[in-house]
Amino acid sequence: MFRSKGWMLAAAAMAIVLAGAGTGCKKKQSDPFPASGAIAGWEKTSDTRVFAAKDLWQYIDGDADQYIAAGVVSTSTSDYKYQGQLEATVDVHTMNDAAGARRILEAGQTKDAKTAQLGDAGVEYAQSVIFRKGPYLIRIVAYESTPDTPQAVLALAHGVEARL
Amino acid sequence: MKSRREFIKTTAAGALIAGSSAAANKLGLAAMLDQSAQRAETARFKVVVARDAALHGPGGQLDEKRVLDLLDRAIAAYTGRDHPVEAWRRIVPADKVIGLKVNGLGGKGISTHAALVLAVCERLQQAGVKPGNIVVWERDARSLEACGLTVNTNPSRVRCYGNDVGGYEDQPVAFGMANVRLAKILTRECDMVIGLPILKDHSGAGITFSMKNMYGVVQRPYELHANYCNPGVADLNCIPAVRDKVRFTIGDAMSAVYNGGPGFRPEYLWQPNALIVGEDRVAVDHTAWQMIERKRAEAGVPTLEAAGRLPQYIATAADGNHRLGTNDPQRMHLMEI
Repeated sequence: MFRSKGWMLAAAAMAIVLAGAGTGCKKKQSDPFPASGAIAGWEKTSDTRVFAAKDLWQYIDGDADQYIAAGVVSTSTSDYKYQGQLEATVDVHTMNDAAGARRILEAGQTKDAKTAQLGDAGVEYAQSVIFRKGPYLIRIVAYESTPDTPQAVLALAHGVEARL
Repeated sequence: MKSRREFIKTTAAGALIAGSSAAANKLGLAAMLDQSAQRAETARFKVVVARDAALHGPGGQLDEKRVLDLLDRAIAAYTGRDHPVEAWRRIVPADKVIGLKVNGLGGKGISTHAALVLAVCERLQQAGVKPGNIVVWERDARSLEACGLTVNTNPSRVRCYGNDVGGYEDQPVAFGMANVRLAKILTRECDMVIGLPILKDHSGAGITFSMKNMYGVVQRPYELHANYCNPGVADLNCIPAVRDKVRFTIGDAMSAVYNGGPGFRPEYLWQPNALIVGEDRVAVDHTAWQMIERKRAEAGVPTLEAAGRLPQYIATAADGNHRLGTNDPQRMHLMEI
């Protein structure tokens, strides 16, 4: 009897552990957008907008097709401002898998691209940074080219990367 | 008094060979009339590319004060009238509602410049169009804001709002593969529309400019994206409300994206510092396409054909089923100033 109860307790404990492990395997969907002040000089100036794949055309028009072909699930976007002047937009595309993110990143590179130490792979330009991390593809674009732009955009990119 | 035949003969010859009587002697009347007709056709296919190399300052900022002057030069060249008000009166009827269809889909970095919109509004009013009879519009408020414009529905001033306010017709209309619900701003508000697109490379169409800008007048533009927007763009522009009302293009090529579009890609941004103006939307788009190809070649980027996205819809728009204009450079009258 004692032995049987012991087995039951052990089985219940195992079930609890496995259930917990199962839950733990699913990474919680985090908010990738740093709050105002979280990255020095950057303010978040808009609400985050989220577009499902079927509605992505509303945001990026004909560009949506290449993301859909690469397996985009959704796209989130938010606007930022650096030191009250430099405006930028952060787009986070959640793809089905890392291959989809890689496909978009590699398709858009130019000879001017410099490698950026971000996520699994990334590139930077004078006014923008694009990188991927797992199934996420992140594009940060600034609307002005100033002496501060490259380092400011890179700092914001690191802030987003840390939240993914 | 000259007979009609004599009149045709003299005017045709005069138009054809001013200063070259020797050439006239070699041509028969039929040939002269034929060439005269071609000349009249060429006028219809006129495209003006007006440039100002100093439009952007050393820091890349647009010098907005120069935009009105650039617009005036473009319209003067197009109409042959130096005085701006007189020139504009040859383009727009003063007693009608004039729509200005801008393009703000690319976001802040690559949308129709507000300075151009304001310059056009200024000249329209000076030509006698009442402020409330000017409607600046795009798909939604956000796209207008991307252009630097503010929503206004007060009819005592220039109106500016999107299809999100104006709504769409309940009944679809069709031409070819285009079966669309049109924006009421186009169907019910405007008597005439001037397109104010911005020049961009387009991943799904090759380029976007005059004709592709009309995707902003339908409720579900993505339904027209198949096969690189061909024949979607041409079919949409053949729908009567679009074909008949959109009569002029003042294309914004002050800034442009030559690759990676239609979104803002600063790494592919360039400043042609130009306006591309014309009635013939096909000729305007062909001219814009060639401008992008020249920039791509200069930058070492493959042609759009090599990239697998030739803007074939331009040729389709010119074909016998659509007849929206010409894509034949021999028939265009391209003026670069």
